[in-house]
Amino acid sequence: MQDRPTIAELLTAIERLLETELLPHLTGSRQFYARVATNALRMVLREHEQEEEHLAAEWKGLNALLSTVERPATLSALRNATHKRTEELCDRIRRGDADSDPYREQVLAHLRRTIRDKLLISNPEWLKSSAPH
Amino acid sequence: MTKSSKQSSEELAGTLAEFIQRTDGAAQARQVRIEGLRLLTGGASRQTWSFDAVIERADGQVVTLPLILRSDPQKGARSITDRATEYGVIAAAHAEGVPVPKPYLLGDDSLGVPFFLMERIEGEVLARRLLRDEPYREARRVMPAQLAAALARIHRIPLQRYDFTGLPTPAPERSPAEEEIDRFEQNYRSVTLDPHPTFELALRWLRQRLPRVKERVLVHGDFRIGNVMFGPEGVRAILDWEGAHIGDPMEDLGWLCVRSWRFGSDHLPVGGIGTREEFQRAYEEAGGSPVDPEHVRFWEIFGNLRWGILCVWLARPFMDGRNTSVELGAIGRRAAETEWELLALMEA
Repeated sequence: MQDRPTIAELLTAIERLLETELLPHLTGSRQFYARVATNALRMVLREHEQEEEHLAAEWKGLNALLSTVERPATLSALRNATHKRTEELCDRIRRGDADSDPYREQVLAHLRRTIRDKLLISNPEWLKSSAPH
Repeated sequence: MTKSSKQSSEELAGTLAEFIQRTDGAAQARQVRIEGLRLLTGGASRQTWSFDAVIERADGQVVTLPLILRSDPQKGARSITDRATEYGVIAAAHAEGVPVPKPYLLGDDSLGVPFFLMERIEGEVLARRLLRDEPYREARRVMPAQLAAALARIHRIPLQRYDFTGLPTPAPERSPAEEEIDRFEQNYRSVTLDPHPTFELALRWLRQRLPRVKERVLVHGDFRIGNVMFGPEGVRAILDWEGAHIGDPMEDLGWLCVRSWRFGSDHLPVGGIGTREEFQRAYEEAGGSPVDPEHVRFWEIFGNLRWGILCVWLARPFMDGRNTSVELGAIGRRAAETEWELLALMEA
């Protein structure tokens, strides 16, 4: 167990340093790339805070779509197993299992949740306006 | 600029001056000088340089030509469309009245890589400026109809009048969409490190709904805001023809509607500046084929899948450690944006 400050506290301080101390003094392509890096840092911060909760929900969804498997104990094992099981889901889609309801609707509901979670990390703004039809 | 790249750009200027003097019969040059040579963009598949050619003619008259050099970056690096084919497509578009830079000279082997020269048109290309800035208020108003007219003109270029044999062309009995889906699926399978169930669903959705079209036209292949040069008065030139191929005209209409090219102006689905109805009407009025909105939607779904696969592909060198650009790495996380769109569009 590490002492304070936490990862989140450190990342927040670095973000503030970039945003208020460094970015205003940069110009041109340096400012552009520093802005890109600041955005990436915010992504890291959001992922750090939400990853565990998102993976838990994704695991539950995969259990419902494939078969119930006990959730791995460590975060990295959970990540790897989620990757593998999502490949299994891809196989089933390629075989045509998700061509029609009710399985199709279950798959779509799972994907709506997991893609929403991906965007909550990478680009929450994207979720604000709904896709036009 | 490093010493070596400065040296090589001086060499390049000398070679270009000799090439123009030797090749441009109309100029009958006593002397050619290259000024202001600079690299605008350097991609994996090609480079774009800007310069002025100051030409002193035999009769003593001096003319200055603002030019663009498009070349492959180095020996051995090949893009899908070679420069001679790209030059031929731009020349055809120019002859048929499409707003494009005027082609000047097709290169020879003097640079060691394929290249051509074309007119340099001044203007803005940044989509965010078009969508937000006050000086472009009028441009935003007139551009949907201008783009529709330019696209209709591209699609009406008579294929038999020009040599398009270098362009990807679907076999007569095959659906152009199937050909495109095959190409991008193959690309996706070879580069992805992560499973993407949404892409799998989209691939199946598209294959089960291939449009049955007989029409074959010149497709621009990357017709979107970002590849259009504009001024306060509107469209000045359609750029970036290296994705050109023979296919279904509706592919260009669908690609233009992909959400990523709206830059936040989602209430206007056509590039953030127009409505679908307004654009499709203008396209038909300008001589384009009748538009079936479902057919365009097919290609919009394909367009989202294509951009999603490109995000995965573009970020791959970052994951392999061959390129450390944060910008490139972050593109890998943008695939989720297209997945979100795909889910919404497939269910609509």
